[in-house]
Amino acid sequence: MDMPMPTEPAVLAATTPSPEAAARRRMRLAKLRPLALATLAIAAFLAAWQAASATHLDFFLRFDNIPAPSIVFARAVAVVPSADFLNDVIVSCERVFLGFVLAALAAVPTGLVIGRYPIAHELVFPLCEILRPVPAIAWVPISIMLWPTDFQSIVFITFLGAFFPILLNTLLGMRRVDPVLVLAARSLGAGEGAIFREVYLPGAMPAIFTGLAVGMGVGWVSVIAAEMISGQSGIGYFTWAAYSLIQYPDIVLGMVAIGLLGLVSSAAIRGLGRLAMPWLATQ
Amino acid sequence: MRDSGLIEIDHFGLDYASDGAPIAAVADVSITVRPGEFVSIVGPSGCGKSSLLNAVAGFVPATRGRVAVDGVAITRPGADRGMVFQQYSLFPWKTVRQNVEFGLKMKGVGAGTRERMARTLLSLAGLIGFEDQYPDRLSGGMKQRVGIVRALATGPKVLLLDEPFGALDAQTRQIMQQILTNIWQRLGISVLFVTHDIDEAIFLSDRVYVMTARPGRIKAEVPITLPRPREVDGMMTADFLALRAELAGLIREESLRAMGGELAGGLAGLDVMLRDGELADLL
Ligand SMILES: Nc1ncnc2c1ncn2[C@@H]1O[C@H](COP(=O)(O)OP(=O)(O)OP(=O)(O)O)[C@@H](O)[C@H]1O
Ligand SMILES: [Mg+2]
Repeated sequence: MDMPMPTEPAVLAATTPSPEAAARRRMRLAKLRPLALATLAIAAFLAAWQAASATHLDFFLRFDNIPAPSIVFARAVAVVPSADFLNDVIVSCERVFLGFVLAALAAVPTGLVIGRYPIAHELVFPLCEILRPVPAIAWVPISIMLWPTDFQSIVFITFLGAFFPILLNTLLGMRRVDPVLVLAARSLGAGEGAIFREVYLPGAMPAIFTGLAVGMGVGWVSVIAAEMISGQSGIGYFTWAAYSLIQYPDIVLGMVAIGLLGLVSSAAIRGLGRLAMPWLATQ
Repeated sequence: MRDSGLIEIDHFGLDYASDGAPIAAVADVSITVRPGEFVSIVGPSGCGKSSLLNAVAGFVPATRGRVAVDGVAITRPGADRGMVFQQYSLFPWKTVRQNVEFGLKMKGVGAGTRERMARTLLSLAGLIGFEDQYPDRLSGGMKQRVGIVRALATGPKVLLLDEPFGALDAQTRQIMQQILTNIWQRLGISVLFVTHDIDEAIFLSDRVYVMTARPGRIKAEVPITLPRPREVDGMMTADFLALRAELAGLIREESLRAMGGELAGGLAGLDVMLRDGELADLL
């Protein structure tokens, strides 16, 4: 069914630009602007770094040991496809994923129950408040002694790092649930279980997802730190080992990899949040 | 007229706990709503109207006296009493249809039946075409209509409404009154309606109770014998205006009494200041 398309309107539009067409072009340009500006800033950053490294800049800051982006890039081409590097990335992802999922599975129900029942709050919350200010990294020595394997102790540290942001945000979300919605649910015949499922969980969901995003970030911080201190593998270990082995381009490579992994993880959480909360899509 | 939906409020009183002595919100109220009857409660702000309705809904227990529906004392919320709140109380994470189906879902009614019943009720309230919208896309009037329909979906014996149209503009309010009247006549359900709008009370009700200032008692019971169907432009008849004057007078007395203490005190203070010339110094 190849119908010849009438061409006159297109020609007309091309020869005499209408106000609408001009407006559309301005819209397209306006959409391109953020991208252009971002590219500009990143390019400037890389160029300055390249220049500083190439000239071995030594003016208070010392760039003589800092590899230039071009060298890092060349090194990445060689290292990234290697089995060892891939293995380090995968091991770190496993640790973060496990620690994070366990933290979410523990923190969200705990937050829901503490938020609903004062007696649970009185029982659990003071303990949380004592443990919370201790950074996950401070747990490294205890964790090494506590758990049989390296892998388990690092997962545990990640778990601790992710647990508290998720718990606190779940609690915050519980407090934000409009009490009248609970009354409405009860007057429509909802029991305790249904109130959790149908009111508190979705009501607290936006805050829970904020907690998950923060928890994921802290999870990565914790896993990298733990791997640097005590690991035998993982991308944190890779980065620290590169320093010890004077493989300076690998340090930057490790940093970039960590940054990208963090970026992908938080994008995944945001995507999950959009799927789980379709009612927020309209806003 | 149906033979169920009898609300008996017998020497009801309600105190709220406080740091010192309990605060009496409702002193002594006796009200009867016969099956299929439309009864309104008017009274000055803070006289205990919501407290009374919340006790019928089963959200708060009576301190004194007895509240019963069809001879059964109220001990907890239940789907046999539909409740419509002053503030919007739709679940933001549920579509209009899901909101309306909520009570049926709690009852264990199957999805197909739920959908059919929801559709019938939504059409009664003029909401066809909005079933799949989330509440934040609806106007205030639509939200309250969904709220009414949701409360009716489980087939309650009585419908309780706490200033449901308080937040709406005058035009929307009149349309809502018409819709509520239609639904009430169609279903033959008993209604207990709280409002501070005298015209609204007269337009809708078979009987109006006037409450005193806090702690609330029944000050007067006014039967509204205006013929039905009542038209919006029938609100200027002599009968209507007489009722309006009577109710307004009763409420004004109580509102003045409610504010009496503060007002008298403030005026006395002003007099003293005027006499002593303090105001002149200030000015
Ligand atoms: N949970 C509570 N704890 C303590 N006092 C309360 C509580 N709820 C209401 N009160 C008090 O009880 C009195 C009656 O309140 P209620 O909300 O029933 O009045 P109302 O007639 O509905 O007022 P309005 O017309 O403003 O809605 C008020 O003085 C109020 O301050
Ligand atoms: Mg009230």
